[in-house]
Formats: sequence, structure tokens, C-alpha cells
Amino acid sequence: MPAAPLLSVRNLAIDFAAETGTVEAVRGISFDLAAGETLAIVGESGSGKSVTGLALTRLLPEPPALYKTGEILLDGTDVLKMKARELRNIRGNRIAYVFQEPSTSLNPVFTIRSQIAEAIRLHRPEVTDVDAEIVKVLDMVGIVNPQQRMRDYPHQLSGGMQQRAMIAMALSCHPDLLIADEPTTALDVTIQAQIIDQLRALKKQLGMSIILITHNFGIISGIAERVAVMFRGKIVEEGETGRVLSQPEHPYTKALIECIPQLGRKRERLATIDHAALEAAL
Amino acid sequence: MPLASLPLAAAGSGFFTSLNDFLNRWWVQDFIVVFGFGLVFVLLRAGSRNERWQRAWERLKRDRTGLIALAVICLYLAIGGLEALQIPSSGGGRRSVLDLVVGGIPSEKTYSAPLANTLLTEIPPKPLNGRHLLGTDALGKDVFVQTLKACRTALIIGGLTSAIYIPLGALLGIIAGYFRRWADDLIQYIYSTLASIPSILLLVAILMILGKGLGTMSFALGITGWVGLCRLIRGETMRQNERAYVAAARALGQSHWRIVTRHLLPNVMHLVLINFVLGFSGIILSEAILSYLSVGSPVGTPSWGSMIDGGRSELSRDPLIWWNLSAATVALFGLVLSLNLLGDSLRRAFDPKRG
Repeated sequence: MPAAPLLSVRNLAIDFAAETGTVEAVRGISFDLAAGETLAIVGESGSGKSVTGLALTRLLPEPPALYKTGEILLDGTDVLKMKARELRNIRGNRIAYVFQEPSTSLNPVFTIRSQIAEAIRLHRPEVTDVDAEIVKVLDMVGIVNPQQRMRDYPHQLSGGMQQRAMIAMALSCHPDLLIADEPTTALDVTIQAQIIDQLRALKKQLGMSIILITHNFGIISGIAERVAVMFRGKIVEEGETGRVLSQPEHPYTKALIECIPQLGRKRERLATIDHAALEAAL
Repeated sequence: MPLASLPLAAAGSGFFTSLNDFLNRWWVQDFIVVFGFGLVFVLLRAGSRNERWQRAWERLKRDRTGLIALAVICLYLAIGGLEALQIPSSGGGRRSVLDLVVGGIPSEKTYSAPLANTLLTEIPPKPLNGRHLLGTDALGKDVFVQTLKACRTALIIGGLTSAIYIPLGALLGIIAGYFRRWADDLIQYIYSTLASIPSILLLVAILMILGKGLGTMSFALGITGWVGLCRLIRGETMRQNERAYVAAARALGQSHWRIVTRHLLPNVMHLVLINFVLGFSGIILSEAILSYLSVGSPVGTPSWGSMIDGGRSELSRDPLIWWNLSAATVALFGLVLSLNLLGDSLRRAFDPKRG
């Protein structure tokens, strides 16, 4: 990789202060992301993958969160050392988010248009024809008849449409990096595939980087160049997607891939992960 | 009075007395009335360009109950406005435009029943020819005219108090619910302290220091009345804060101020609206109670509260004097009911979840 990475996370550790003591959510992870590259962060619930995603623009509430060690370099500048103003400037503008729950991610009392317009006015004040820009991004994410749809309130759209609108809102500020935190978990399977296809097309078209956070190995193969597998706050395996899927090295990765039900396999009990055995082995 | 010897109390009372004097000039009052109605008009004009308001208006137009309630409130506002508009009178004093309109109704010496031809106690009977639609009270004042004049008092007290306590309660509630931590602790501490003082005693104490007057009464009711709203808004803000759209707004790089005003405020606004409408009747009733404790409206200010209060003791007379009490009650009831119905209709009209 000749060019300097867009994002470089070095030895990041995050603690949460709980009543019973400290919870180490992320325990010293490092990874790089080049411009235009897609990284999938895979892991089970509680492995620290969402916390990592939120930490990249310092969105975790502090306290209880505490950034113990490490640095998050965005084009060489440490996000963790930024002031509130600078942080607001990179949020949305350079790093945008799409969350899991499209139904609550949109403000229920405003139309799609006014919510996207707000994002555009915030980060791209030079845009004069805001409506045309909104139609453009809605069209880009595959919403049919954007002129009409942008006047709708969130509850008037289906889950898939809401998620597309969220993606449109994230794209409207032309971010360098899109962090999609389980973007398809709340959607049904056919819509999942559509959204992932859409993300892949957009990535190609706009040349932005994507961090796809998911627990589902099934959706990453078509879109991510690299995978990082997280387990108990650490990255246990990282590598090129095809290699990790076909020749997993770490026992946890193997176990995780075992769990994917496959078409055409003989009918048998689905595999589960035996945590006690795994932890003993590590 | 020992209170007056306190320098702080004296200074405060001096400031509020001169403020009251200033506000009592007829042209100041006229200006406030015209300005107030003008402001509402401008706000509605601005709102009519907003998509959300247009939709709400379209829905409200189909809601007959809401329209009737709106019409009744406009009627009250018009009567209150006429009473509040002052003109200098020929005798050197001043009178309201409403006085001019109902000027043909003279005062009597004492009670007369609605549309009666004679006074109740005067002998020999003097013909009245039924010129008092709702009769007259103990001082011979026409009850109908008094009821109309009291609209101004009720609207001023209700409006001014709401204008003080609603921004205070809503803003502090949102701040407490959104920022949590020390801001929440501080605001909770203030309102718990305020709520632990018996409210009537606190009101009387404040009014003793500031002096009687509609302005000071609204001020006192306003700064003591925001606790309930603040609690409600704080809780709802905390609930809304958990929703992903607030996180999404932060992830988009929006400032705290914009999240509070653009995202949280509109989502708790329905509670503010309902609280305003339901609170309005409570404020008018508080005015009645304060008038009863003789710290309320200045003597001679017509108010439904003092009419009800006066009428209560006349229920034991023979023949029964009922018209004084019922006129004020019906007028109060009409305003409160209309406000409730309109509040309900507005909430429904602004609800985006309806077709």
C-alpha cells in the first residue's frame, strides 16, 4: 500500500466505568484503512465492534466511557486530541454513520427532505439548490420518485426505504469514510442484499471508504476487501476477505464461520460457539 | 410593615411599582395589545409558509370541534382586546373601547335579576325595562359588562404567566434531560426546593414584596409554576435521548444547541402544548384564590375569580343571587373548555403519524 492510510487506529483501548468496576470494552486494537477501501469488522455481541465504530469520532458518552490508551489518526491528526468544534466538523463531514435501527434513526417529526437539508446546510453551506441536491442523493441510493418521497415523514417509508434515506443523509455531506454499524440487521433478507449491493455501488461511484460492522459473515464477502475479526475487545484475526473466509487461522474465526448455515449441506444441528473451551484454548 | 424596612425589599418593590405605573399608562397598554396581536399575526404568516404548519392547518380545517373552539377563543381574545385598548375619556380619566361599546348600560344602586324590570330591594320600584341582560351585582354594576371586562384580566394573567413559566420549564427540563450530570443535579435541586415550599405561602410572600398588580401576579405565578412542566419535559427528554435519531444528529456533527432546539424540542412540544392549555385554567383559578386572599388583582379590576368569590357568599341570600356567580363560571368554563378542545385538535393536527 503506497499511499498513507486514511485512517489509522493505534493500540486503542476503551474502558467503561460500571458500578461493579471497570469493563474493558476494547483492549488495544490497531488497524489501517486506505482511501476507497472497505473493512468489515466482524464479531459477536459485546465483542467491542460497535464501540470501536462510535469511538472513531469520539461519540461515546464520557463518562462512562474512557479512552485509556491509543490514538485514532485521521489523515495523520489524532481524533482523540481534537476539541469539540473540530470533532463536530469531522462528524458527518468526513466520517458519516449509518446505524442499525432505521426506524428510530430518523427524527419522527420532520420530513426526509428537511433532515437531509439540515445535514447539507451544516457541512456544505456553498450548496445553493438544496432540493436538487437532495433529489440527487435520494436517487443515488435507489429511492424511486425522490421528488415525491422527500416530502414524506419517516413513518411513511418502509424499513428498507428508511435505511436508504439514512444512507442518503450520510452521503449528502460527501464523507471520506462511511461507518455502517449493522446497517442490515433490522431488515429482512431480500432488503439486506439490496442495501449491501447499493453500498457496493456507491463505494465504487464515490470512491469512499467503508467500515462495515456486522455479526453476519454472510453479507461481507461481496463488499469488503479486508476483514477484522473481534473477540472480547481484541482483533484476533485480520486479513483479506477471501483468505479469512476460506482459511481462517484463529479458532474463534473458525468457530464463527462454522456457525453459518449453508445451503445444500446435510441436515444437521447448527454449530454453536463453546466459549468456555475457546477461552481455555486461548 | 417590617418588610418595607428591608432595603432589598424596598428596592424590589420600588422597581416593580414604577414598572407597574409605566405599564398602566394607556398608550403603553394600547401598544402592548397592538404589538401582541401583530406578533401573533406575523408568526402565523411565517408559519403559513412552513410545510408542517400548512398540513396542520389543512387538517384543522376538517376538524369541526377544533374550529368551533378556535372561534370561541378568538371571540374571547377580541373582547379582551377591546377591553385592553384604552382611550382617554372626556372626564380626564380613561376608558376602554369596550366601555364605549357597552356605554349605554347605566349603573344601578343595587341588585337586579337578569332582564328584571325592578331592583330587588328598592322601594318604590324604579322601572329598568329589562336593560340588564344578566342583572346587576351588589354595587349595581351590570354583570354582563363585568363578565366581558374580566376577559382581559384572565387573558393577561393566563398569557403572561404562561409566557414566563413555559419557556422556563421547557428549557430547563430539556437541559436537565439532555446534559444530565451537574446540570441535571442543579436544576433538580432548584425545583425540589421550590416544590417543597407551600405554593400559596410563597405566592403571598412574593406578592407582599412586589405589590399587587396583574404583572406582578403573573410574575409570581410564573416563577413558581414551572416545576411540573420541567419534571415532565425532563423525563420525556431522557426518553427521547435514548432514541437513535439523537445519536444520528450527533454523528452528523450537529451542535448541542441545534440538537436541543431542532430535535428534542419539537419532539416534546406536544407535552408543552397540552401543559399550556391545561395549565391555563389552573392559572385563572389561582388568580381567584389570590384575589380571595386579597393579594390578587387590584381592587376594582373586574375578574372572574373575584366575581366567583363574591358570588359565593351571596348564595345564602333570599331571594337567591345566582346570576353573578354563574355568569363568571360559565365565562370561565367556556374559555377553559375551548382551550382544552383546541389543544387537543392542535395536537392531533400536528401529529405526523396521522395519514
